[in-house]
Amino acid sequence: MTKIIDYLKTNKVGASLSLVLFLLIFIMPKTAGDNATLLKVYQLSIFILGFVYLFYKIITFKKSNPNFKATESQTLVNAGGSIIAIIVGLLFGLLLMLIVNPGQAFPGFLTIIVGGFDSFKSIGNMIYLSTPIILTGLAVAFAFRTGLFNIGATGQLTMGAFIAVYIGVKWGAVGEISPFLHWGLAILFAAIVGGIWGAIPGLLKAYRNVNEVVSAIMLNYVAMFLNTLLITSFIYNSDYARAMDIKNSAATPTLNLDFLFPGSSINAGIIVAVIVVIILHVILNKTTFGYELKAVGFNRDAAKYAGMNSRRNIVISMIISGAVAGLAGGLMFLVQGKYLQPINTLLPEGFTGIAISLLGLSSPFGVLLAGLFYGSLQQGGYYLQLYDFNSDIIDIIIAVIIYASALGLFLQKFVIKGFKFRENRQNSKKLPEAVEGSDQ
Amino acid sequence: MEQFFDIIYYLVPYMIASAVPLALVALGALFSERSGVVNIALEGIMLMGAFVGALVMKQLEVSTMSTQWIAVVGLGVGAVIGLVFSLLHAFAAINMKANQIISATALNMFAPAFAIFINRRYSENHTQRVLLQRSYRISEVPILSDIPIIGDLFFKGAYVSTLIGIVIFIVATIILYKTKWGLRLRSCGESPQAADSLGINIYKIRYAGVMVSGALAGMGGVIFVLSFATAFNATVSGFGFLALAVLIFGNWKPGRIVLAALFFAFMRIISNSTAVVPFLDNLNWPSEIYSMLPYLATLIVLAFVSKNSAAPRAAGEPYDAGKR
Repeated sequence: MTKIIDYLKTNKVGASLSLVLFLLIFIMPKTAGDNATLLKVYQLSIFILGFVYLFYKIITFKKSNPNFKATESQTLVNAGGSIIAIIVGLLFGLLLMLIVNPGQAFPGFLTIIVGGFDSFKSIGNMIYLSTPIILTGLAVAFAFRTGLFNIGATGQLTMGAFIAVYIGVKWGAVGEISPFLHWGLAILFAAIVGGIWGAIPGLLKAYRNVNEVVSAIMLNYVAMFLNTLLITSFIYNSDYARAMDIKNSAATPTLNLDFLFPGSSINAGIIVAVIVVIILHVILNKTTFGYELKAVGFNRDAAKYAGMNSRRNIVISMIISGAVAGLAGGLMFLVQGKYLQPINTLLPEGFTGIAISLLGLSSPFGVLLAGLFYGSLQQGGYYLQLYDFNSDIIDIIIAVIIYASALGLFLQKFVIKGFKFRENRQNSKKLPEAVEGSDQ
Repeated sequence: MEQFFDIIYYLVPYMIASAVPLALVALGALFSERSGVVNIALEGIMLMGAFVGALVMKQLEVSTMSTQWIAVVGLGVGAVIGLVFSLLHAFAAINMKANQIISATALNMFAPAFAIFINRRYSENHTQRVLLQRSYRISEVPILSDIPIIGDLFFKGAYVSTLIGIVIFIVATIILYKTKWGLRLRSCGESPQAADSLGINIYKIRYAGVMVSGALAGMGGVIFVLSFATAFNATVSGFGFLALAVLIFGNWKPGRIVLAALFFAFMRIISNSTAVVPFLDNLNWPSEIYSMLPYLATLIVLAFVSKNSAAPRAAGEPYDAGKR
């Protein structure tokens, strides 16, 4: 706690900005009421403040690190690789659209690129769509940073979703005491059950040396069938062949966000996601515990000789990863009008999480950005139906992006070349002065 | 007793029809893993093969070609498409030294999206289904189906794909275990550096391994469509992943793969037809339990035999010549 206060004291600009943003996002829009222009002013000022702060950060960074070279920053090179992968994916999409229907390819492509950014309603929907993806992405990314590949996010998400909906349907009595408690318990249990489901491959890996990818794939299917079984036995609405409606008290609260993004389905899920981003960032980068987890991921034997309990760390990593995925499932289905269905199909969000984790370079903040990008693509795909395309092209683009980013090393070579080219050009401008005084 | 035989006559043909694609795709995965490349893209490759195979067969159905020849052509097309599609995985895994799980995941995501996109666009009623008109079941095989018991079990109501599948399985197993090339392929999955030092081209062998797995998976996809679906519906119901489970359950050995495939197929059939078997009908378990059992069994097997598993040692690692 004292650390946080110290941080805020040293970063006065950041602290005051967050306070202003907090007011602008959660408090002010409600007071605007029906005044549309006032709302517009609030909405725009959030964006402007965000950009100004970003520029301020870049400028202070350049001042404090005058010798910074882009080629030497692994993060920048990796990020460049991700961006190239995205471009490759989008170009492939464009190519496919040109082949299928040349006349409408370019307007359609523009729709995909603009995506969620054409109105505040779309931004709200984009954030709503990206919330579960960000969380599954975080789950995969966290495991990945600790040397584990959590392909089982789908199963953990399914189990979390079931328990959340079960509590949402059955624990109405809690909701009468406090709606927030009802919702809170539902997502808490979603995280716990997701964590337990994630612990199984962790335990198998730690104690029986079973490859976590294989066991997680098996568990995905077990979760899928178990989910169908549990829904049909406990919370089945046989009239519509789906799970029963959750009580209103269990639905994710909107925390006034619906005033800022009028007409969209946004809810507080994104706040939970951002909190998880910050928590995971702190665990991974600022704590001894996170350092140990990463060390075990890099080299299990070396970590063991250094006195770390590698088995325990593997299990804990998988529990945290599973809990985050379970949370995603809870938030996904604690929404009125969204139903769990006993249809024996794997929920795709878990697999998309792998893509998002990759694009976000397995860093929590990167995953947040990549998840929002995916939400934007999905929103674009939704509007794409206005043209003569169906939205499956989004999945194709995402698949190509993952494939391209799997060729990461190859792409990074291009990025480094690009940075070098830029540096050389800058240097050559300075060069004449340097040459004059020299022997050559 | 007569009722018992009726049940057997009913179940066994279905069981074999299920087991053949599973065993075939698992054998493909065996080729790939023995050469040192983990291929969890089987699901996507199967789907791609099934999609294009079904499209071609649908076109041929209009012609006067005999039904069984159409099936054979469909299987061939599926194999070729699977092979070509798997090259993407091979390129990423072998040349680019990419993470094999990730590139395979990309293929798994690409295949269904691509099939749905193309099908909705070009099929006459804009659905994602490719509907086959003819029935590919063979009601009678001359002479063979007159053999008592065996004829009833294996040759009445069989599919040509099943028979072809069995032949290919046997041939592929012989190639893997009885030829020089098969020995080389297996050595690449155990100790690629040692194999390289003896002059074996690791890259070529690994490409071959992945391509065989792609061809068998693509063919398996077409068999899936022929035997259970009579329509391609942008899914192979997780058969690709199930085949992976078969491979592990079979401890990376062809003989055991057959047994594992039969067990998995049995569970699958039971989950779909509990009502037929009086004993299971009395138990009154929900069908999901039977569907779950193969996966649970694989998990348990993994937990107990992983210490002496025969998994190829270098599977999943990109080849690095400097790491001797």
